[in-house]
Amino acid sequence: MSTTTATEKTKRQAPAGERVADWADGRLGIYSLAKANMRKIFPDHWSFMLGEICLYSFIILILTGVYLTLFFHPSMNEVEYHGSYVPLQGVLMSEAYASTLDISFDVRGGLLIRQIHHWAALIFVAAMLVHMMRVFFTGAFRKPREVNWVFGFLLLVLGMFTGFTGYSLPDDLLSGTGVRFMQGAVLSMPVVGTYLSMFLFGGEFPGGDFVARFYSIHILLLPGIMLGLVVAHLILVFYHKHTQFAGPGKTNTNVVGMPLLPVYMAKAGGFFFLVFGLITIVAAIASINPIWALGPYRPDQVSTGAQPDWYMGFSEGLIRVMPGWEINFAGHTLVLGVFVPLMIFPLVLVAIAVYPFIESWVTGDKREHHLLDRPRNAPTRTAFGVAWLTWYFVLLVGGGNDLWATHFHLSINAITWFVRIAFFVGPVIAFIITKRICLGLQRRDAEKVLHGRESGVIKRLPHGEFVEVHAPLDQADLHKLTAHEQYAPAEIGPEVDENGVRRKVKRSEKLRAKLSKGYYGEGNQIPKPTAEEYKEITSGHGHH
Amino acid sequence: MKKLSARRRHPLAAVVVLLLALAATGGLYAAFAPAKQAQADETSQSLAIEEGKKLYTVGCASCHGTGGQGSSDGPSLVGVGSAAVDFQVGTGRMPAQQPGAQVPKKKVIYSQKEIDQLAAYVASLGAGPITPTKQQYDPAGADAAKGGELFRTNCAQCHNFTGEGGALTHGKSAPSLEGVDPKHIYEAMQTGPQNMPSFPDTTMPEQQKKDIIAYVKAVNGDETESPGGLKLGGLGPVSEGLFAWIFGLGALIAVAVWVAAHTAKAKKS
Repeated sequence: MSTTTATEKTKRQAPAGERVADWADGRLGIYSLAKANMRKIFPDHWSFMLGEICLYSFIILILTGVYLTLFFHPSMNEVEYHGSYVPLQGVLMSEAYASTLDISFDVRGGLLIRQIHHWAALIFVAAMLVHMMRVFFTGAFRKPREVNWVFGFLLLVLGMFTGFTGYSLPDDLLSGTGVRFMQGAVLSMPVVGTYLSMFLFGGEFPGGDFVARFYSIHILLLPGIMLGLVVAHLILVFYHKHTQFAGPGKTNTNVVGMPLLPVYMAKAGGFFFLVFGLITIVAAIASINPIWALGPYRPDQVSTGAQPDWYMGFSEGLIRVMPGWEINFAGHTLVLGVFVPLMIFPLVLVAIAVYPFIESWVTGDKREHHLLDRPRNAPTRTAFGVAWLTWYFVLLVGGGNDLWATHFHLSINAITWFVRIAFFVGPVIAFIITKRICLGLQRRDAEKVLHGRESGVIKRLPHGEFVEVHAPLDQADLHKLTAHEQYAPAEIGPEVDENGVRRKVKRSEKLRAKLSKGYYGEGNQIPKPTAEEYKEITSGHGHH
Repeated sequence: MKKLSARRRHPLAAVVVLLLALAATGGLYAAFAPAKQAQADETSQSLAIEEGKKLYTVGCASCHGTGGQGSSDGPSLVGVGSAAVDFQVGTGRMPAQQPGAQVPKKKVIYSQKEIDQLAAYVASLGAGPITPTKQQYDPAGADAAKGGELFRTNCAQCHNFTGEGGALTHGKSAPSLEGVDPKHIYEAMQTGPQNMPSFPDTTMPEQQKKDIIAYVKAVNGDETESPGGLKLGGLGPVSEGLFAWIFGLGALIAVAVWVAAHTAKAKKS
């Protein structure tokens, strides 16, 4: 009896889930969209999850940031503090600072949320840099992904400035010093500097406006642009499909991996909670930006150890190691000690941003690339990347020169001079060393392909000679080690045409040929073993 | 008189004279003793100076000169006062182990009594700041908030926001104030040891010094709490950045590797 009723019911009505899906599809047309994308494939590799760390920390930043806006007062009105933190009671401070103290001590969960927000910010930018390096060293930026590389780069720069405007909001002595630093940089600009400074701060520094202005930049303008860029970035990832490392069955025209639903969604969703959980643990055990210990900002006060958050550290380094030169001309002062670093600051970033375009110009390669390079197989690119990282790290050392001095018992002057020299020399040395290492690894790969892996088994031959037995690689490994393609250096072509008339060779063409030789010329890449070589060596002559 | 002269040569005459002399001395002492109380103190002071000079000759004279006049290896100590000695020797900075950019603090090798004797000797060379009493430097009841403002105005440039210390030029440094005796903080402000400027009572009255000590003890003392968790050295964004990279991003990458390693296998066993 009951069974019949049940069947009648199902006949009359579809299950609830289906009905909801049907309702939604009738209005949103999501069925075809889902059908097309649910089985979209994503390849599996831990380094492909670096971008996810960025995305998730960005989401965490938005969630915690919204909570903080509920309690933060972006105002520079002066108030006397009477909250819970005793060593500041009775001190005059801005409302912004006082409300941050309240968030830290009097709002439920406020300090934890503040610390999650700040730690997530540091990790967000760090993850973006590492993600970018992954894309760089594997050549994932090549056609068709150059635009997405630029989007990613913009996200990094915007992330830096969102961070800067964010940590400046509490109006504490440390961040206030940073804002003063920025104002100094603005002032150093010839002609427009003073006007710009007055405009930014609504009068003489610090004025009464900058917290409110930074606030809307920090919570509205920059994150809004970033959100748009993140969406665009993800759409392009979807559209281009994800890159993959070469391997058996993995070609330039397919993607081998797991489907979006259910595997990838489950993994990505789970990873979000892991990221959130880990950042929360970090925020729960380690203090960050303890503004109560720093005191409210006053232009007449300053402390040693005044550094920006790490992602702005290289600009601090630039300014710390630059000699304090200045030019006085017709009653005007050009403060080179600040102006030169201000000009180099964007250059450091742009140097890495434009690299993909330089490489595609040098190679002249207009094909699409969906297979990733192993860094060793692109020695010049890898060397450029390491040189840039060295440059960046040297500047970070300069930015923290005082802590290097106290913790390693060195003279701060010696460190500054080291940074000044290493700024020019360090990247060159790093470039040369990295290239040598890459070429060495290429040689080892070739060796491995031809002679197999060292097995560690020593064999004594009848005539007394000792040899190590080499075990041949399996097919998959052989493929991995030989899948990369090797370019031939670009040639300028004959300098005279068929009639013997001198052809005009453009200077850019000559430069390109020269660079191309540097990339792919003799000695700049180790020719990979050919099939003939392999056959000859493995055709029963034994090996060693 | 005859009797007396007749007994001049009596065997006990000498004893009697001695007794009389003793009685006279004792009587005189008894009569004048109260008036001479202060002088007796000065004797102990001069004794301390005497002892201090001996210690000085052994431990300090090789650099500061036999009379404290200074030499190419060490400055003159005339007029530095007992507070300077109490600070330098009491924190172990003096006697210095070796010349260098700055003399660091180390294990104290003199007892407080010996330090006082040395201080007395050096103070006797010329007037200078006097070792403060507990009443002067004890931060109990002082205003830490006011001290914080004074600290950020006068001290934080070198010693950092909460007195964690910082670098100066050519290998010199402003030391950390963590665990420093209030007396030594007071003396340092009073005398300006090594590379530190001095803040005499004329520019920074006693009460302000107390406020500063109260602030240092409030934010960097034994009972200071760190509401946010690990302090990471109290050094600001550099140590925070390092922590974020190593323990934040490092852990996340480790998790990513773990997640990527545990995947649904496509076909292979």
